[in-house]
Amino acid sequence: MENLIALLIGAPLLGAAVLLLGGRRLDKAGHWIGTLLAAVSFVIGLALFADMLGRSADDRALYQRLYTWIPVEGFQADIAFQLDQLSMTFVLLISGVGTLIHVYSIGYMEHDERRRRFFGYLNLFVAAMLLLVLADNYLLLYFGWEGVGLASYLLIGFWQHKPSAATAAKKAFLVNRVGDMGLSIAIMIMFTTFGTFAFGPVLGATGETSEGKLTAIGLMLLLAACGKSAQVPLQSWLGDAMEGPTPVSALIHAATMVTAGVYLIVRSADIFNAAPDAQLVVVVVGAVTLLFGAIVGCAKDDIKKALAGSTMSQIGYMILAAGLGPIGYVFAIMHLVTHGFFKAGLFLGAGSVMHGMNDEVDMRKYGGLRKYMPVTFVTFGLGYLAIIGFPGLSGFFSKDKIIEAAFAKGGTEGWILGSVTLLGAAITAYYMTRVMLMTFFGEKRWQPDAEGHEPHPHESPRSMTLPMILLAFGSVFAGGLFSIGDRFVKWLEPVTSFEHGHPPISAGAITSATVAVMVVGVGIAYLQYGRRPVPVVAPRGSLLTRAARRDLLQDDFNHAVFVRGGTHLTRSLVYVDHTLVDGVVNGTAASVGGLSGRLRKLQNGYARSYAVSMFGGTAVLIAATLLMRAV
Amino acid sequence: MSFPLLTVTAAVPAVGAILTAAVPAARRTAAKWLALLVSLATLVLAAVVFVRFEPGGERYQLTESHSWIKDFGVRYELGVDGIGVALIALTALLIPFIVLAGWHDADPLETSSKRWRPTQGFFALILMVEAMVILSFEATDVFLFYILFEAMLIPMYFLIGGFGDRAHSGSDENAAAQRSYAAVKFLLYNLVGGLIMLAAVIGLYVVAGNFSLTEIAEARANGSLEMATSTERWLFLGFFFAFAVKAPLWPLHTWLPNAMGEATAPVAVLITAVVDKVGTFAMLRFCLGLFPEASKWATPAIVVLALISIVYGALLAVGQRDIKRLVAYASISHFGFIVLGIFAMTTQGQSGATLYMVNHGISTAALMLVAGFLISRRGSRLIADYGGVQKVAPVLAGTFLIGGLATLSLPGLAPFVSEFLVLVGTYARYPVAGVIATTGIVLAALYTLVLYQRTMTGPVKEEVRELPDLRVRELAVVVPLIALLIFLGVFPKPLTDVVNPAVQHTMSDVQQKDPQPEVEAAK
Repeated sequence: MENLIALLIGAPLLGAAVLLLGGRRLDKAGHWIGTLLAAVSFVIGLALFADMLGRSADDRALYQRLYTWIPVEGFQADIAFQLDQLSMTFVLLISGVGTLIHVYSIGYMEHDERRRRFFGYLNLFVAAMLLLVLADNYLLLYFGWEGVGLASYLLIGFWQHKPSAATAAKKAFLVNRVGDMGLSIAIMIMFTTFGTFAFGPVLGATGETSEGKLTAIGLMLLLAACGKSAQVPLQSWLGDAMEGPTPVSALIHAATMVTAGVYLIVRSADIFNAAPDAQLVVVVVGAVTLLFGAIVGCAKDDIKKALAGSTMSQIGYMILAAGLGPIGYVFAIMHLVTHGFFKAGLFLGAGSVMHGMNDEVDMRKYGGLRKYMPVTFVTFGLGYLAIIGFPGLSGFFSKDKIIEAAFAKGGTEGWILGSVTLLGAAITAYYMTRVMLMTFFGEKRWQPDAEGHEPHPHESPRSMTLPMILLAFGSVFAGGLFSIGDRFVKWLEPVTSFEHGHPPISAGAITSATVAVMVVGVGIAYLQYGRRPVPVVAPRGSLLTRAARRDLLQDDFNHAVFVRGGTHLTRSLVYVDHTLVDGVVNGTAASVGGLSGRLRKLQNGYARSYAVSMFGGTAVLIAATLLMRAV
Repeated sequence: MSFPLLTVTAAVPAVGAILTAAVPAARRTAAKWLALLVSLATLVLAAVVFVRFEPGGERYQLTESHSWIKDFGVRYELGVDGIGVALIALTALLIPFIVLAGWHDADPLETSSKRWRPTQGFFALILMVEAMVILSFEATDVFLFYILFEAMLIPMYFLIGGFGDRAHSGSDENAAAQRSYAAVKFLLYNLVGGLIMLAAVIGLYVVAGNFSLTEIAEARANGSLEMATSTERWLFLGFFFAFAVKAPLWPLHTWLPNAMGEATAPVAVLITAVVDKVGTFAMLRFCLGLFPEASKWATPAIVVLALISIVYGALLAVGQRDIKRLVAYASISHFGFIVLGIFAMTTQGQSGATLYMVNHGISTAALMLVAGFLISRRGSRLIADYGGVQKVAPVLAGTFLIGGLATLSLPGLAPFVSEFLVLVGTYARYPVAGVIATTGIVLAALYTLVLYQRTMTGPVKEEVRELPDLRVRELAVVVPLIALLIFLGVFPKPLTDVVNPAVQHTMSDVQQKDPQPEVEAAK
């Protein structure tokens, strides 16, 4: 059975190779090949899942070792896989949602002449993401980690002829590289501390080193997670990443890749458990991002960017939960999975709306679309109810557990974190209601574009609505399915360990509060966007609104400090290199060697005569050595 | 007497060079084919060396030894260790691609006379450089190495000064002047380095009484040859300076951007991917092998210089407007990594540095040769003259991107393996240096992706609208290089197998042991 693990990765990897190298011949069949191979991976995943369920909880992990990747004395990096319950969860999410989004893309990308290449990149992404979650050591994880980064770069910049897309792709890669530095350094510390970076030996030996080392490793892993999962302060790339085709936003920038940071932290649970300082920073990053993303999400008129803010915020919940330790790990992953369903569904819905609206993304130019696209409306609506935590739907269960766990952190910290998560829930309800109302309710607000084409909103083809319907099922039922009988907790506990949190107030009270703040959020949004007509041109807005529209000014900060500062630095260095370094070294050589006169000749254009004389010298030298032999 | 395989491996390109030069003026194409065949024959010989070499065997294998200048104890002494084998393989591998990529670089212009001969010269010089570089990787006699180290400057000078990149801004005269300046600067820097090394070579002879690397190293190890601390340090510095010019290390690097910018792309590859490796190779073999104590003494300073090279080279690459100069500065950054790995004095660092030499050669060749194809199409080296090439020449753009991704050390491509080993190896001994060097991975992404974005993406510029995509000859250059980058990225074992034992020997030369992992040290 374990020999199937490599095939999970192999199938989509083969697809990527065939599609990217195959050339035009495959243009007609490319999307089918890509979809089929993603589906193969999902089927293998299901088979492995069934097999895993057949074994006892402590004996579920499978291992497959292929070969030694980098064999150097004292440094063993293997191509080896580990499939335990945590990896399994991700395998099903990645290949399942991945396959659905392949299907969706068949319709969405139908008129793109580079569709084959698009599917090649999608397959590449699925393979890299599976490698990330199946690796049995941190270096191989890093391979997958950068692999998904590459796929993300290629897909954000898929429409490269648009300068904005090319810039967004580059930005995403660069910001992620800052995070990757963290992962690199974490691996280096592990290597010098434990002599290895394989999960088993590292995580099993955390007791044998100092807390300081573990804190350092934990913080570096967190830096990596911040990059990949768009957490403050490395969150700035995610909004721009919406330049990519919408299926990409759904798969990579909502359901799977951006959650890799959560995986990394939960996978490294043993390190964080032994490093409370690092945990505290994790929690703070999660809490800050949770609010940051939510506030940004409130101000955006671009439907995809509003959803991107939401993604950031929801991942903030997961990171926060992961920082809580054993009372939170399981719920971080549970929210990750339910979020994977409803956020992918929401993005696909947004894509469907854009598909029917001539690729318009400005919600101020939507309005009343529920009449024109009923399936999109219903599936999007269910995703909406799930994310705001409507009782009984997926998001309700998973978010509620995180809020409980936050309170259970204990002491003042617990109260602060609990309040932040509640506040976040209210804002979530507000901005999502805003999106819902601006898009599907009210009067139609679209107008003919500059060339006089008026959008004719229509429902999307079956290949697009089918994945939306299936994801809507997940959005509705997954949470309940996981929570009844604590199924999800029991499933993951052997890997991540689990402790019951004890919040200072009763669970019932917390749940009531969660529902109450949700109603408040919905209500405010209704008063603003439901009762009154939505202006087609955005009002100027308060200072906060204007800042939020600009991603709370972080881009402006980055631009002023890093971009402009960096440009000045490199420009002045170019000058220094040309005049100072070159000049000093040349000058020193000239004065030491007494060559100044000749150097002047060189500048006067007597280069050749000079060179000839130098050659003369070298030639004499060689001739002399050769002659020596004769003597 | 056994078959002198090493001599033959170097002699084939040398003889091939003479034959190529002798091809009549009118038979230019024949000369090209001859050069290609000779380079392929050399590749076969290098492959035989690779296979015949036994990683677990003697340190130096396939040895040859003949008396040369008796009075001074100079011998014609050859032998290869795993590091030499790897670098000979790299050299022999790259030359056919350099020849193929430069197929039309020395063709006569319309204004040229019928008796135009430089075409033959161009390919003959490339083969001559190959012969000298291979022999320098084989030489175990210090004086023989020195002669080769200097002699290879002559064909290189003519390649840079005589065959400039035909894509240039400004007048032809101006370009010729720039080219001369670059060639002379190259020569000057390297000759000055060489002269200082000559003094050190003579000094070594005075102290040791002969030039044999193996004998001196052995005498040093068993204590029969004592060296005063100051003597050893001066000699070390003399050698190191020459190698640091060639490598090149900050602040002795300024000749490289001029040389790589003005030379044709294949010659630029010859400089950075092949000839410069002699410098870093010699640091490992001669500096560490002959002067272990002085090497350790100088390490802190060299580590600092290497770090400056890494960061400074990368920052300058970001600031370049000329594609080829950008690649040159990127190479300076990469040479910083190689030197860092060597002087970290850990097995991971030195194995990484050796792999780095090979991988940097392949990745820079891929990036620079595709850049050369692009430049030859548009007739400009300036980044700003391009835009949207991806739309008109997707294969060219795709291969350029892969070359760039290799340059930024993406996992899955060969340079990642070596760069990570260098970083880990450095961190193990100098944590702060390891962390500083890690910033290189961000900067590398910056200069590579900015280059790609500005040239390949965005709206199609009017001047590039008609650019053809890669031709068959060009694909024959690029595809094998990319295949190799991927292969060595996921399965570097064939290389590490030959390199590891050699690194063990070097580590025992300098009497260094790897720092123990904390957890094991505690037990």
